[in-house]
Amino acid sequence: MTETALAAPPAPRFRVQRWTPLSIAFTGGLGGGIAVLALGPLVFGENTQYNLIQLFFLAIMAMMWNALAGYGGLVSVGQQAFIGLGAYGAVFFSVQHGLNPYLSMFLATLVGGAVAIPVAAVVLWLRNGAFAIATWVVAEAFAILVSLDPNPAIGGGTGTSALLPFNLRYTPSQRLHYTYWAALGAVAVLLLLLFVLLRSRLGGSLQAIRDDEEAAASVGVRVLLGKGILFVVAGAGCAAAGTIILAWQLSVLPLGPNSVFGINWTARMIFMVLVGGLGTFEGPIIGAVVLYLLQTYVSISGVWYFVMLGGIAIGFALLLPRGIWGTIQERFNVQLLPVGYRLRTGD
Amino acid sequence: MTWVADVVHGILLGGFYALLASGLALMFGVMRIINLAHGSLALIGAYMALLLTEHLHISTYLALAPVLPGALIAGYLLQRTMLERSLRAGQLVPLLTTFGLLIVIANLLQQFFSPDVHSLDAGRIGPASWHVSSTLSIPWFDVLTLGIAFSVLGGLHLVLRLTQLGRELRATAEDPDTAELVGVNARAVYARATAIAVAIAALAGVFYGMRSAFDPNSGANELLYAFEAVVIGGIGSLWGTLVGGIVLGVSQEIGAHVNQEYFALGGHVVFLAVLVARSASSAPRIRYALRRFA
Repeated sequence: MTETALAAPPAPRFRVQRWTPLSIAFTGGLGGGIAVLALGPLVFGENTQYNLIQLFFLAIMAMMWNALAGYGGLVSVGQQAFIGLGAYGAVFFSVQHGLNPYLSMFLATLVGGAVAIPVAAVVLWLRNGAFAIATWVVAEAFAILVSLDPNPAIGGGTGTSALLPFNLRYTPSQRLHYTYWAALGAVAVLLLLLFVLLRSRLGGSLQAIRDDEEAAASVGVRVLLGKGILFVVAGAGCAAAGTIILAWQLSVLPLGPNSVFGINWTARMIFMVLVGGLGTFEGPIIGAVVLYLLQTYVSISGVWYFVMLGGIAIGFALLLPRGIWGTIQERFNVQLLPVGYRLRTGD
Repeated sequence: MTWVADVVHGILLGGFYALLASGLALMFGVMRIINLAHGSLALIGAYMALLLTEHLHISTYLALAPVLPGALIAGYLLQRTMLERSLRAGQLVPLLTTFGLLIVIANLLQQFFSPDVHSLDAGRIGPASWHVSSTLSIPWFDVLTLGIAFSVLGGLHLVLRLTQLGRELRATAEDPDTAELVGVNARAVYARATAIAVAIAALAGVFYGMRSAFDPNSGANELLYAFEAVVIGGIGSLWGTLVGGIVLGVSQEIGAHVNQEYFALGGHVVFLAVLVARSASSAPRIRYALRRFA
């Protein structure tokens, strides 16, 4: 039904444009940039690699949170459920069952996506604030369940370490290289996945859902399916970020705001996406770079750091709701990664 | 007999959750926003009472006299400076700003009061209880809390039904634009609703501080419990928060009976079960979605 509507010839004086010379150049440049970054372990010192891994998992989280809130209208304050699940899933496979740690990280990512399906079935019926708090309750429930696990590999409330499975197979410098590549690979794969998803018909339906759910449903958009796909992708993506955090810091805790199940991850995600630009494809990457630069070059104590994150996020939400990239996009009408459509007049 | 004790304690605990939840329910009912900083605002109430009792050596109950008017003013200013602007920007922005506020409050409290746990003195009534039988004793403080919850809910009910402010609140909740047409100043009504909600939150916070130890991150748990009570009781109903609070309290007590560490988990599980039950009532839509997908 909608197919025929789309196939109808467009008015002759307009044409739909997806790629522009600028976006072709930038997309190519981004691909090239990732390829160059892949050479990192051969070029950069250990400290730089260690810092860049942090940038990579922050970028993944920002991309995932933006996919949910910016494209699906789903403000989740419970994505730490999947970050923790990824970290502890990797512990489960590698420490408890002795699998290769990188294979364990991959498996835990899949587990994150799989667990997102039943969670989606429970929480996606809720809107706005109700959805937000329900996701947080899920994260708290997961954290409590993990902290009560009696298995010594999981470590209960006192946390656990994944040092052993890494050290059994790799030297510390090998571990750093492989974790760097795994993190960069995850960024590249998830970026490509989101790019393809949002350029497909699903991308259009998601933006229709975000703008007006009832209206979208009334013209035949499958609202729940669209949201469900996003939620599962975001679950797997955040689980991937959690596995990288485990490989990066090697020990994890289940409880408290600074743990892998902690609310502070959501604070970081909201900061990055609001600063970069909610609902823009490029924004979260910019936000991740901003947060990374802030925590690398501005020395600030833990408490004031989060006061600053929260305060800046409030400021952006109220005064610059489109974020850095959204504002640039609006003013100069540029899109570097072409996920939308542009209508051009003439020939 | 111990199960009876769990249920009785759960019901009494439910009174506290209703107190905590009613401000959240009021703001949601009037403005359709969920204030994610609700638990943190309650916690500020507890810390303010702590300051007053420590420096002026007054009883916690007397500390309520300056804390509650302070909370009214704080709520009014919060609405006028931050929430009003957020409300105009759509449905997602109030969530983002109140979440930011939650993070700011938790960390500022940690800065000024240290991450250590504190508690408030509940006076002579604190440790006293009525021994009904060898396994069941009823703490007087819990009875007091339940009584306060009843009075607050009853008071809100009367304000909403009988006063001019109540009529304006109900009209604005129904449709702010139409209410403005007949001469209601919706912005002023919103600000008063938030002021009342924050004052009730602060009251709940002080009682929270008297019943258990708290630290700067306790606001999160308070928010989750309040919200669970609101949802279990049926979103948008004031007296529903009392029912929801009691169901939540009983679930937590039963959880804790099975294993001391299952206290919070018991409530979370019942809350999620209620959500599943609600979504199952939309089962035809799921089947439709699946058929379209296949």
